[in-house]
Amino acid sequence: MTLPMGRAMREIFGETVSELASRDPRIVMLDADTGSSTKADIFQKAHPERYLQMGIAEQNMLGVAAGLATTGFVPFVSTFVAFAVVRPLDQIRVLIAQTGLNVKICGGYAGLFTGVTGKTHLIVDDLPIMRAMPGMVTVVPADDVEAAQVLRWAAGYDGPVYIRLVRDATQRLFDETYSFALGRATVVRDGGDVTLISTGAQTPRVVDAAEILAAHGIQAHVLHVPTLKPLDVPAIVAAAERTRIVLTVEEGTVIGGLGGAVTETLSEHSPTVVKRLGMQDVYGESGTNSELLELYGLSAARVADQVQAFLEARNTAGHASDAG
Amino acid sequence: MAATMSAADLARLEEMARRIRVGVIRGVNEAKAGHLGGPLSAADILAALYFHVMRIRPDEPDWPDRDRFILSKGHSSIGLYAALALRGYFPLEELLTFDALGSRLQGHPDMTRLPGLDMSTGSLGMGISAGIGIALGSRLAGRDVRTFVMLGDGECQEGEVWEAAFLAPRYGLDNLIAIVDHNKLQQYGWQGDGPDDRLPPAWPGELVARWTAFGWRVLEVDGHDMAAVVRVLEEATVGDGRPVAIVANTIKGRGVSFMEGRYYWHTRPLTADEFATAMAELGEPINTPAGGPA
Repeated sequence: MTLPMGRAMREIFGETVSELASRDPRIVMLDADTGSSTKADIFQKAHPERYLQMGIAEQNMLGVAAGLATTGFVPFVSTFVAFAVVRPLDQIRVLIAQTGLNVKICGGYAGLFTGVTGKTHLIVDDLPIMRAMPGMVTVVPADDVEAAQVLRWAAGYDGPVYIRLVRDATQRLFDETYSFALGRATVVRDGGDVTLISTGAQTPRVVDAAEILAAHGIQAHVLHVPTLKPLDVPAIVAAAERTRIVLTVEEGTVIGGLGGAVTETLSEHSPTVVKRLGMQDVYGESGTNSELLELYGLSAARVADQVQAFLEARNTAGHASDAG
Repeated sequence: MAATMSAADLARLEEMARRIRVGVIRGVNEAKAGHLGGPLSAADILAALYFHVMRIRPDEPDWPDRDRFILSKGHSSIGLYAALALRGYFPLEELLTFDALGSRLQGHPDMTRLPGLDMSTGSLGMGISAGIGIALGSRLAGRDVRTFVMLGDGECQEGEVWEAAFLAPRYGLDNLIAIVDHNKLQQYGWQGDGPDDRLPPAWPGELVARWTAFGWRVLEVDGHDMAAVVRVLEEATVGDGRPVAIVANTIKGRGVSFMEGRYYWHTRPLTADEFATAMAELGEPINTPAGGPA
């Protein structure tokens, strides 16, 4: 009933970029002293001459990446999201987004699974920040299969990309027949009662939640949105119009990320009430993966509970207004 | 070591520096806004780089083997634009579009708009990091490219500069040459004895000591002595396995007496009288075309 486990995205990251670099001599890996955690060390073993240790100096690292890109190299910049995105944000803005240079920012340890590191490493607002930045493609793969495809796609794309990668093994959503395309969302489950829109490694948990809901007679329509920018507007509108009852679910703050993107889109194209599930304007804390999923309401069971509660509240309100 | 320059060659470089200064005054006067002190202190170094030292092709700005120049102190953009225009990258008249809506000559350098710019800058501390990337990339690609990065002395207060300063010697990047325009003033800074006096961004000897401590080969020069500037740049391009930092002692506002050494000329529009005086001091008739006669 629940989806099977896949491999850890960080291992897929190290292996896939190494494999890409074997065919493409332009690819280099920049690390800020976290290679043994992010698995950039796999690349180092395969291509030591193209593994560039930048030390614990992330602002400089993003600047070095921009310079390398102007000489024809394709830098994959790797460290934890906290240090790949938030700390060197102005360098990303001025040297990479504003220039459109061909740099791949690979943020590891994304979302809640940060190895019990807590508030500093658990970044809740990387998606709103990166999505808001003009020129920055923002991709959030669901599982190991999609992560590998996104990395292969990114190597062939000319321009800045932010790729959000999870530390630990996550559930596998896709099989090898899946094909990632930039800006394309995918319906991963059809249903007519409620629409659930999700991104990243949260999507497999939402699919599991949909199975729990089905046991209660509720058929959920689930849309996976791997690209927060560019956004698949027609797919989001179609998914919303399928049931007219929409919830977004994301492993991060509900302000400005997927929930923000969906509500902005539907406000303009197909006004719909949207319930946003995720972190409710709070920072994270230390805890095991499963504890944190429970705490922030993102486990399959907690998502299913919240969907049911939303539907019940809606029905009650609907009856009240009918009566009035 | 390179041969000594002839007196005529030196005079030609000094004339280019003078014309860069004219372009700075004209561009800022036309825009009614812009930085003056920093571009004027950098003018001699820019002339030496663009008219003597750098291996470049103005008609092929993307030539992969070109030497690179990054203006890390991006607010001195009008000085770089004047050098590029005089060198033939774009028409001199375009200097008068500086800062104007739609212009390729943005307030701070934008490489996506203007060919000949090797990096976009404007937020301080970043150019030196990008310079490391170019130096690393050039070496990985086996290209004999020298990368020059000009920083301000105030800019050296940015932490990123010292992240970069730490890293470059680790990779032995002797194809990277940082030039600190040490004009002893920043925009506002710390007040000195009088209301118009300012403490320098770095104490005497401090920049030399710092870059040396970080493992760079440090050279010092009078940034307004053209023969010395050419000599030090040529010396810097002969690598010994270490990145090079040139601390260029300069005067902010150099070339216009009432601007020299005065912090408030960092950025300020000119009155008509000030414009006339500045042009006269630069030996330029007021009514010549932009950037001086072609």
